[in-house]
Amino acid sequence: MSLEEYKGVFIFAQQVDNELSSIALELLGKAKNLAEDLDEKKVTAVLLGSGVKGLSDKLAEYGADRVIVVDDPALKDYRTEPYTHALASVINEFKPEILLVGATAIGRDLGPRVSSRVHTGLTADCTSLDIGDFPLNAVPGQEQKHKQLLMTRPAFGGNTIATIACPDFRPQMATVRPGVMQKIDPIKGAKAEIVEFNPGFEENNCYTEILKIVKEASSVADIQGAKILVSGGRGVGSAENFKLLDDLAEALGGTVSCSRAVVDSGWKPKDLQVGQTGKTVRPALYFAIGISGAIQHVAGMEESDIIIAINKDENAPIFDVADYGVVGDLNKIVPALTKKIKESLAAKK
Amino acid sequence: MKIVVCIKQVPDTKGGVKFKPDGTLDRGAMLAIMNPDDKAGLEAALRLKDQYGAEVTVLTMGLPKADAVLREAFAMGADKAILVTDRVLGGADTWATSSTIAGAIRNLEYDLIITGRQAIDGDTAQVGPQISEHLNLPVISYAEEIKVDEKAKTVEVKRQFEDRYHIVKAKMPCLVTALSELNEPRYMTPGGIFDAFEKEVTVWGRNDLKDVDDSNLGLKGSPTQIAKASDKVKKGQGEKVAPDSVDEAVDYIVGKLTEKHVI
Repeated sequence: MSLEEYKGVFIFAQQVDNELSSIALELLGKAKNLAEDLDEKKVTAVLLGSGVKGLSDKLAEYGADRVIVVDDPALKDYRTEPYTHALASVINEFKPEILLVGATAIGRDLGPRVSSRVHTGLTADCTSLDIGDFPLNAVPGQEQKHKQLLMTRPAFGGNTIATIACPDFRPQMATVRPGVMQKIDPIKGAKAEIVEFNPGFEENNCYTEILKIVKEASSVADIQGAKILVSGGRGVGSAENFKLLDDLAEALGGTVSCSRAVVDSGWKPKDLQVGQTGKTVRPALYFAIGISGAIQHVAGMEESDIIIAINKDENAPIFDVADYGVVGDLNKIVPALTKKIKESLAAKK
Repeated sequence: MKIVVCIKQVPDTKGGVKFKPDGTLDRGAMLAIMNPDDKAGLEAALRLKDQYGAEVTVLTMGLPKADAVLREAFAMGADKAILVTDRVLGGADTWATSSTIAGAIRNLEYDLIITGRQAIDGDTAQVGPQISEHLNLPVISYAEEIKVDEKAKTVEVKRQFEDRYHIVKAKMPCLVTALSELNEPRYMTPGGIFDAFEKEVTVWGRNDLKDVDDSNLGLKGSPTQIAKASDKVKKGQGEKVAPDSVDEAVDYIVGKLTEKHVI
């Protein structure tokens, strides 16, 4: 493998039902950022699907200089084998230096399969990506490589953090946690170079058949897009008592989310869960109400700009990450707080 | 039907996370358990065994002490157990780990391979799909239900996504990665525990792996390398107040929200 042949930052532009997933745009934002530190500044989006070419303009508006489209009926709904074949073929043909994939239910299946096929490394669930030297500091007798992708990820349930490089194989591949990287402000009317590519699809033993697709009614809000989250934990006490949090969220124009304990108790759906096994969020304001602050929860919210915690246990670990902690009874404080905020906002009108 | 279940011994991170006085993680003080997703995978295999009389082989790669999770699997009802252990396999990333496990599985007959979705120490979810690629098998990840049609030699799996699920059919042999939501794993039975220590664990080393090059094993065979690892630095503590009254608490929070221009 001649590493020099591999150039440019590529992202897998995930779409579902011919709609781009938010992660595709987040990856473009990060890719642009990384490309600034590399010789090849062009960012390429790889778009796989059936009848998806129309999505190219949106990718351009969010930072793609080039879109490689593989459009084939075999790619209509996500199946591991045809998607792997498509993406691996794009890699072999276009030789990216870096390939970013969302750490979604699709990306975490596709990424490892592709990395195995093209024989390169893959770092899972990254929360931070940079260009730098490997090893970080020069070591006598070992070549220090420059402009490497340094991939940082939490492990061990969020207890440890590791930075990983892939110095001798290309592309350098990472799956990236949704909700962590920032999209750019869209550039209206931007156009990308469109490259159509089809490696040909032939059924083999690895092809699966989708018998049924069941969409689960997602009446719930997107907690990763929310600027203000009012999050409740076991301390809220019951599903009914979440009304207190609903009211506060409504007053602030925010959204309710929760900890794992709440989902396990059946009080809220899994889509609202923040944390290691739920979603990573970084809102401008995060209220942690009746949440003790287990490390798995903290891993999903600690990057929030402002964290306010209300908990009756003064030793709750949530106070270690909160910017402002209030020791007290949520059942009394939250309704009073909602009332006061409403009054305060009404007075400003 | 023959089923191979890949399991991993992991430190228990749930609730029992221990730190040394210097703030670093105390791995030695934490319990070593069977990875939860893997246990769900084993349970799924044992249910298929109950239903069809399948033979269930559990396989792990790790240090010699990983024998403990194989014994646990015996006690739950597994028929055979294989421990892949060798110094040259140490330091493997997911690529080298999956190459190793694929090398071990090539010695076995199987219709179905089940792995957990991910291990709670690495959280990568990569090894299952990577094994499937090395063995050129279909893979269905994130399984919430597994049904087998023995005659047609197919599996039907409920495959979970963020906002939907697919019912996916694959030809056997194939690989399925299991979610811990799949089922409630059974307990070890007293008789099972007794038998678990009578049964023999097969131990394999490097030379027992089939069709794997040295360049794909261990630290040397790992494309990814660690640049830096550290226990997470805790965010500096902010303010904490214990107000005497509800009004005082409310005023404090409203004051902060105003100061930060939230309201």
